[in-house]
Amino acid sequence: MASTLGLVLNFLIFPGLLFTAIVGLLTQWVDRKVSARVQWRVGPPWYQPFADILKLLGKEILIPEGAGRTGFLFAPLAGLAAVGVVSTMLWLANIQGGGFVGDLIGVLYLLTIPSLGMIIGAAASGNPLASVGASREMKLVLAYELPFIIAIFTAVTKVSPMTLRLDGILDYQAVNGVLLGNASCIIAFIVAILCAQAKLTYPPFDVPEADTELMDGTHMEYSGAALAVVKLSQAMMLFTLPIFFITIFWGGIVLTGWGILYTIIKYVIIVTIIVLIKNTNPRVRIDQAVRFFWGPVTVLAIIGMVLAMVGL
Amino acid sequence: MGATSWGFKKSLWVFHLNAGACNNCDIEVLDCLTPRFDIERFGMKLVGSVKHADVLLVSGFVSRKVLPDVIETYEQAPKPVAVVALGACGCTGGIFRDGYNFAGPVDKVIPVDAYIPGCPPRPEAIIDGIVKLMGKL
Repeated sequence: MASTLGLVLNFLIFPGLLFTAIVGLLTQWVDRKVSARVQWRVGPPWYQPFADILKLLGKEILIPEGAGRTGFLFAPLAGLAAVGVVSTMLWLANIQGGGFVGDLIGVLYLLTIPSLGMIIGAAASGNPLASVGASREMKLVLAYELPFIIAIFTAVTKVSPMTLRLDGILDYQAVNGVLLGNASCIIAFIVAILCAQAKLTYPPFDVPEADTELMDGTHMEYSGAALAVVKLSQAMMLFTLPIFFITIFWGGIVLTGWGILYTIIKYVIIVTIIVLIKNTNPRVRIDQAVRFFWGPVTVLAIIGMVLAMVGL
Repeated sequence: MGATSWGFKKSLWVFHLNAGACNNCDIEVLDCLTPRFDIERFGMKLVGSVKHADVLLVSGFVSRKVLPDVIETYEQAPKPVAVVALGACGCTGGIFRDGYNFAGPVDKVIPVDAYIPGCPPRPEAIIDGIVKLMGKL
């Protein structure tokens, strides 16, 4: 009973929803501040994402005429819950060694649920621009999932004996050095960063949102607290994906001594790479995005996989 | 002052509505986003959908053709929402006040919280007006 309560607390407070939300929002501020500096602006104060979320919680929720109420309101909540679960699983595997067989596959599944939630929510809103956004998001998910999974399984192949447990991968790295030291895993890491860009719908792969073209596309019709949930799950994704990459490729999170500093440095490096790619690239068309992921990126991922199989 | 009203004051998302303006005000609005003025310092940003808006920035004299659209846009915005009339036309009707298709100014159509006069208003004036609006909220 006590352990059940512990798990619930883990999910709700530390490392789950509350912690992930706070750090995710801080990361979003880093993102906005770095973007502003890249564009030679000053940028918002550090509490800006928190002010945004608080403001949205106090506003009216409008449900468009002809929208499917249930799907419209519950789909973003499913996304939020899924990101919370992923974050909890990753942190528990890192801190307590609490993994189970196949939790890596569970993480991969759960990481697609925010995208699926946005597709369902946008399709239920009954807005033509939102449905265009939903169809693009669907194509984008189909495009990036293939190289993403190949990239993650490159790391799994590299670990010997092969394991699908997150803590198994961490244990291997603790003994044999980080996986990022191998040629195959460097390639897989690059592929994974490119896919993260699409998972977060950041430029150059922000086709489903497309500010200037679809007016925020998939979450166009959301307002008030529902929009807060959407924004919050995006912020939490921005926190969870780098943590996932650190766990798989870069030795995991260490919360003792100098490990804290190293963990923060690794995290900041990955976030900065993502933000710099975001700021230096224009939006591509959806067909270009699909061709990019199924063409060069998948080929790159397969090369990484082959290298891992021959032992590099 | 509650947390949500603090958030509202610190994070105004602006939806820009052109109700028959000549585009001069609109260009000056875009100036506010440039490095020199950078309105994101105050947490403001332009949003594309009126469902995300906290401030309706209405430029132009409100012609008869756009009158129903202005009212509908105001009704679609989630409350609470502040309305700002931008430019000489938005505040008074400007040189169009005797025109055959004049249905404004903005405050005759929807309730207005702040006026920013000028033809076009300078970006400094727009920022000044918005900051005064923040103090009023």
